[in-house]
Amino acid sequence: MESGDILLAVAIMLGKSLLMLVALLIFIAYALLADRKIWAAVQLRRGPNVVGPWGLLQSFADLLKFVLKEPVIPAPANKGMFLLAPLVMCTLALAAWAVIPLNAGWAIADINVGILYIFAISSLGVYGVIMGGWASNSKYPFLGALRSAAQMVSYEVSIGFVIVTVLMCAGTLNLSKIVEAQNSNFGILGWYWLPLFPMFVVFFISAMAETNRPPFDLPEAESELVAGYMVEYSSTPYLLFMLGEYVAIMTMCALGTILFLGGWLSPIPFAPFTWVPGVIWFVLKASFLFFLIAMVKAMVPRYRYDQLMRLGWKVFLPLSLAMVVIVAGVLMLTGSAPGMR
Amino acid sequence: MKLDQVAKSLLLKEFVSGFVLAMRYFFKPKATINYPFEMGHRGPRFRGEHALRRYPNGEERCIACKLCEAICPAQAITIEAGPRRNDGTRRTTRYDIDMVKCIYCGMCQEACPVDAIVEGPNLEFSVETREELYYDKAKLLANGERWEREIARNIAKNAPYR
Repeated sequence: MESGDILLAVAIMLGKSLLMLVALLIFIAYALLADRKIWAAVQLRRGPNVVGPWGLLQSFADLLKFVLKEPVIPAPANKGMFLLAPLVMCTLALAAWAVIPLNAGWAIADINVGILYIFAISSLGVYGVIMGGWASNSKYPFLGALRSAAQMVSYEVSIGFVIVTVLMCAGTLNLSKIVEAQNSNFGILGWYWLPLFPMFVVFFISAMAETNRPPFDLPEAESELVAGYMVEYSSTPYLLFMLGEYVAIMTMCALGTILFLGGWLSPIPFAPFTWVPGVIWFVLKASFLFFLIAMVKAMVPRYRYDQLMRLGWKVFLPLSLAMVVIVAGVLMLTGSAPGMR
Repeated sequence: MKLDQVAKSLLLKEFVSGFVLAMRYFFKPKATINYPFEMGHRGPRFRGEHALRRYPNGEERCIACKLCEAICPAQAITIEAGPRRNDGTRRTTRYDIDMVKCIYCGMCQEACPVDAIVEGPNLEFSVETREELYYDKAKLLANGERWEREIARNIAKNAPYR
């Protein structure tokens, strides 16, 4: 390839990444607002409604506030690690979006091990939390970081098995091809959420545990640990932690959309609905999952830590292991495994 | 665990019923008011920011009897009295209320024989410095002019019960 061609390819790649990041961050700004509004509505409150019409500019006002505040670095903290932790968390969370296909062929990097990449990146996210909690050199952040590490490791196991069942049905690790594999004449009934329903539930709950969302927000349980691993953080580092957290939540919504809700496919597989651009279906489905997650935050009380561990190891792990065996057996018996067709 | 329990937990029975309940609350009318833009109800006996009133002809009501200063349990009121220069009537030359000391008990307006010092309906007088909360006579009279309509209405409403 000519060097000019390489430069052009790099420029296109950079442009695509930038576009994706900007769109994602704006979407997350409104997801954050929606989260607060939904939470408020269930509690019969109004939620933020003063900045801009219906509070639409609230997230941007918050952003400005965080950026303009003074970052406090505690004296006993390890300064380098302390500042590196939120960067790690945020960067890793954003990096996961490199492989997510918003429409047929719209992924920035359409790699064949996309799902493994996401799994690896979301597992690395726990490093940001541990680094932040440990480098703060303070009691509550340390406890929060320990809880978070144990929690994320536990639920990654069951998420892994959930992904394995989907992979067995789809026969590929490429996210775009996983979506294509759900393309059938049955529309919404042909997607994997129906045949793999228990796995969809396990995935949904594990996704909340994996991203430290309520009811599994024990790493930052405010009644016990003030704010967990984020206690010592302020200003922009805190903003980066919060951003990383919400990006991770959106990643899980997108992953759920791709694995179980047919990605960009139209739910009704005939004419007027298939004309709608796939990216709109994708955003609608991801928003639906995010709405569910926001409602869970509003209506479910926080788990106790031993209950969390019991759910992860004694319910989800056996359940997902059994489903892996059952799905494999059914695929073999009916001869419908992707390689056998 | 029984089979039906397993089925219930797998199909998320509790979660779905909780979700339906939460959605019902979602669309209920809000319990909160839109505060800075709308105020909650305040009764005629509401004890808010102080004001010094005038008679309709513009004369100050206060006769410098110092009953309010005497009864004030927080000793927040300071009064100095003297004959007025043009007609020699007894008036206050100084009337200060330390709003930081004030406990809003309403004893000053109970003690006042001429309804001069009253606690009006205003509750939005937060300021950025402590000094701004040391009210002097000019500030209190200005409050009286600003809130006279509401204060007069509240006193009239409360009159049958006194």
